[in-house]
Amino acid sequence: MNDHIVKSYDRDLEALGRRISEMGGVAEKMLAEAMDALSSLDVDLAKKVVASDVRLDTLQREIEEAAVLTIARRQPLAVDLRECIAAIRISGDIERIGDLAKNIAKRTLKIAAEARLPRAIVGLKSMHEIAATQLKDALDAYALRDEERARAVWSNDADLDALEDSVFRDLLTFMMEDPRNISFCTHLLFCSKNLERIGDHTTNISETVVYLVTGEAMPVERPKTRPSSLGGEGEASQ
Amino acid sequence: MNAPAQVKDPATKISVRSLDFYYGATRSLKSISLPLHTHKVTAFIGPSGCGKSTLLRVLNRMYDLYPGQRAEGEVLLDNENILDPAIDLNALRARVGMIFQKPTPFPMSIYENIAFGIRLYEKLSRADMDARVEEALRGAALWDEVKDKLQASGLGLSGGQQQRLCIARSVAVQPEVILFDEPCSALDPISTAKVEELIEELSSQYTIAIVTHNMQQAVRVSDYTAFMYLGELVEYGDTDDVFNRPREKRTQDYITGRFG
Repeated sequence: MNDHIVKSYDRDLEALGRRISEMGGVAEKMLAEAMDALSSLDVDLAKKVVASDVRLDTLQREIEEAAVLTIARRQPLAVDLRECIAAIRISGDIERIGDLAKNIAKRTLKIAAEARLPRAIVGLKSMHEIAATQLKDALDAYALRDEERARAVWSNDADLDALEDSVFRDLLTFMMEDPRNISFCTHLLFCSKNLERIGDHTTNISETVVYLVTGEAMPVERPKTRPSSLGGEGEASQ
Repeated sequence: MNAPAQVKDPATKISVRSLDFYYGATRSLKSISLPLHTHKVTAFIGPSGCGKSTLLRVLNRMYDLYPGQRAEGEVLLDNENILDPAIDLNALRARVGMIFQKPTPFPMSIYENIAFGIRLYEKLSRADMDARVEEALRGAALWDEVKDKLQASGLGLSGGQQQRLCIARSVAVQPEVILFDEPCSALDPISTAKVEELIEELSSQYTIAIVTHNMQQAVRVSDYTAFMYLGELVEYGDTDDVFNRPREKRTQDYITGRFG
């Protein structure tokens, strides 16, 4: 795309994009470290994750302010307006992803005294793998303005939802085996919910990327492959 | 714009078909075809020299005042080709009014500014004329500001009031179409807002075309937008689409300020 006649306009928009990339990097790192801390019950690492959330909050505020200023200053139209709106939306989603990663770290601190982790941590790790890949793809799609990649992220979220159901069943079994497991299994249940929510925010990011590139909104309904045996419990909590 | 219940096929007041325009040997409009929908606002945007004002001047044969300028093609006003040499130009210009960039009040009283035009076409009694002048000034949202000084000179009004006086003058002869050629470029933001508000009100009774260099103004006031470049019509469509999802790269480059 051509440059703007007003050079500082390009710099404003580039600065927005750079800050989003930085936020994405921080969130990805927080998520990876939160999961490392959880699987190895590493208290120090968990504390580090909790501490790094401040950076995300700061960046989000900066992005919002810069985007609002750009709108006021330049009265952007078409793709430029969408750039500003996308920056506001995506920074909000990444900030929430950071919060959810932080929450996993906080739960790690609570269950760190447990001597052993149940089998279910394997399921959580798989959820994390998908969530992390999805997040990376969504952020790449944003950086490259890649509509196809964004659409793929949007469709793939169903995998994460399905996996959450299986983790739910595993943890339930584990709790029934021994009531002393209930406390930390409940924490793990929340961790899986957090990962699933991270997937939802990632999907939001991909929707925003499609809007940014095409100006069109994605359909309201997303493909779901949740098994009916849970009676839609997972969806009711959305 | 403010038309949530969009009519699928709005009626067409003016249909421009394969219109070419020449200033001497220079072809400055190249095969333009587009509709002006009835009681809708159509905005014309594009860089200086793209032909948008020329197009406006064709719509009421303003160019006829200048030798060496000629139009080819068809411009149908209610299915009547106004490029037909036999057409009555005075009648045409009463049906298709024009508002210019700079306000052009006549050097006479506010009352006479309105009455003058009406007398060219109609013979009214004093009372009827008073009523028509008031109606026109009300139509242009100027009545409350000038009703106590109708005999004062039109030149004594502020720029924004003068522009609304010109709109009143145009409305007074009961036109069907009003053409606005950058009506706000010499006005301050408050006067601009008043004229924009007026355009929106007028669009319920008149078919309107507006040339503007102000993108935001085009977004605010128009239902349809035509983007022109170097004498060509590059893109025409619903204003929302043209400004949010332009089909043509040249349109996007222009409205986002990327033009080289």
